Amino acid sequence: MSLDTISLSGRKKEVSNKKMSFLESLYIVAIAKGLVITIKHLFRRKVTIKYPEQKREFSPVYRGQHMLKRDELGRENCTACGMCAVACPAEAITMTAAERKKGEENLYREEKYASVYEINMLRCIFCGLCEEACPKDAIYLTESKVIVKSASNREDFIYGKDKLVMPLEMAIKNSKSIN
Amino acid sequence: MSILTIFYILAAFTLATGFLTVVSKNPIHSAIYLVLCFFSVAGHYLMFNAQFLSLVHIIVYAGAIMVLILFTIMLMNLNKENEPNKNLLSKISAAIAFGLLGFVMLATFIKTMPIIDTYKQSGQDYQSIKVLGKVLLNEYMVPFEFASVLLLVAMIGAVLLSKKSTSIQ
Amino acid sequence: MDSAIIIEKGIFITVIFAITMLMAMYSTWAERKVAAWLQDRVGPNRAGPLGLFQPLADGLKLFSKEEFMPDTPNKFLFILGPAISMSMALITSAVIPWGDTLEIAGSTVVLQATDIDVALLYVFAVLSTSVYGIMIGGWASNNKYSLMSALRASSQMISYEVAMGLSIIALIMMSGTLSLREMAAQQHGMNWNIFYQPVGFLIFLVCSFAETNRTPFDLAECEAELIGGHHTEYSSMKMGFYLFGEYAAMFISSAILSILYFGAYNYPGMDWMAENAGANIANILGIVVLFVKICFFIFFYMWIRWTIPRFRYDQLMNLGWKMLIPLAIANIVLTGIIIIIADKL
Repeated sequence: MSLDTISLSGRKKEVSNKKMSFLESLYIVAIAKGLVITIKHLFRRKVTIKYPEQKREFSPVYRGQHMLKRDELGRENCTACGMCAVACPAEAITMTAAERKKGEENLYREEKYASVYEINMLRCIFCGLCEEACPKDAIYLTESKVIVKSASNREDFIYGKDKLVMPLEMAIKNSKSIN
Repeated sequence: MSILTIFYILAAFTLATGFLTVVSKNPIHSAIYLVLCFFSVAGHYLMFNAQFLSLVHIIVYAGAIMVLILFTIMLMNLNKENEPNKNLLSKISAAIAFGLLGFVMLATFIKTMPIIDTYKQSGQDYQSIKVLGKVLLNEYMVPFEFASVLLLVAMIGAVLLSKKSTSIQ
Repeated sequence: MDSAIIIEKGIFITVIFAITMLMAMYSTWAERKVAAWLQDRVGPNRAGPLGLFQPLADGLKLFSKEEFMPDTPNKFLFILGPAISMSMALITSAVIPWGDTLEIAGSTVVLQATDIDVALLYVFAVLSTSVYGIMIGGWASNNKYSLMSALRASSQMISYEVAMGLSIIALIMMSGTLSLREMAAQQHGMNWNIFYQPVGFLIFLVCSFAETNRTPFDLAECEAELIGGHHTEYSSMKMGFYLFGEYAAMFISSAILSILYFGAYNYPGMDWMAENAGANIANILGIVVLFVKICFFIFFYMWIRWTIPRFRYDQLMNLGWKMLIPLAIANIVLTGIIIIIADKL
């Protein structure tokens, strides 16, 4: 099969430069065909989603705002190992590690935790490599189901632990559903 | 009385725009004044109850010929700088020639008065398109056809002129 | 002059003016809705129910925009351009018969501003004058793109006026009158001219697209090549007048199309209606029918606009001079022969 007969879509049309006949050059038949096509579209389902009233459903693999997870006892998973920061191609993640004190066992799962954990959402490209790199299953992009909102200040895009850590109620609900 | 006032206003407007057409320096302005002049002439026709003539006057003169003239002026980008300055003698002679022409036309129009009178006495609306069409194609058949031949000749001439200029290139 | 007639006509003209403006306003809304529907979208739906207040919002926006005046040699002509284009679009409605007569309080009201003998010629005269709106505006903008588009538009309009005039001659030969009222009366019932003059109708339709500067003949605007055509230097409500004038012209030309070829205010079964429901009801229904026809043609204009791309300039001129004019002349000859044969029989 030669190259110019291949049609991947099956809709390939040979274009010719032959002179149009008088009837063709009045364009009436062609225009009528076009009109039929457009009038069919008049009765089609409209594809628009009227946004504020109607929201598009998230795909299960959608990557949105990050979430630092808690385990079923409500303790933070993150141990501030820094693997996510190393894996991040956009260098959006910074953290400061701290040692768990006595009496904080119900807050943090392991002896080391992140006292500061910041993601710069202007840098983040939502690639999900932090999620891949995390050895403790602590960071997820698919859990929050929230899109990072726009803001007018650069500072507002640096999300700290207050925004990233999974809310306690959600952890309680999760543990209930497991039991 | 009111008809007479309208006539005076219209006549003043016609004369003023006609004068401004000749006087104004910018060719575009003078063309636009001419268009206004044509409209007021159409108004004069309307005052004679010659609806057909007035509308055809607007269609042909204001709507077609003046558009083409404006078209050429705009395309050639005529300015007052490159307008050739004519000497006094040619200006005077042109004025005299047009004065004479006007005189001849006035004389012919005065002569046509009795013909209109006979139409007037017949009592029918001699300005209506039906009467006009019958007169044109019965009584004045030959001049009417000659006019069409004249137009055809002019058209062929224009085509020939434009063809010739392309073949030289 | 009878003062009662003057008052009656004054009221009638005001009503027609208001209706034309309203139709032009809502044509802008309809244009966006139709465009959206044909492209599987929903169109304007935020301002009011179904976006019905959108034209008001648009008008408000245009009014509140900066009034920009370019460095032009003649400011008066710059303002005159949109004014001509608007008034020429509105002035045609004077001769259009919007319906048959109505009996109101014992007196007969003719639903037409004026019934002149040469109404059709009047329409053509106004049409041929409307070129000046674009031409003067384009020239006074002092911008080469505006000038180019003005020249394009005027040559296009003159070319298509010829074909339009020729296409209508066959119709005049058939009906034997230039008065739109008589023409409407001749198409009583279902005796519409479209059945006798299909070719003439087609030519007239194409030409009216060209005369109103609508796609596929919108070379005057031509956003892609000429920035915005003769609109380029215009802003605020002067711009709005050009756009509004276009829609008013579309409404009027739809009215003329439906009167000349689609039976004006006539509809099948109108005699039955007049007998059973009274002449007034039948004639009011006639007005409604006329407006339905007009709305269909406005929709058709939009339908075409969102279907066909713009013609290239040489295609436009070829279509006008080499296709439509010969076709129109052939139509005249054919109509003449048929009329003679029909007379002999």
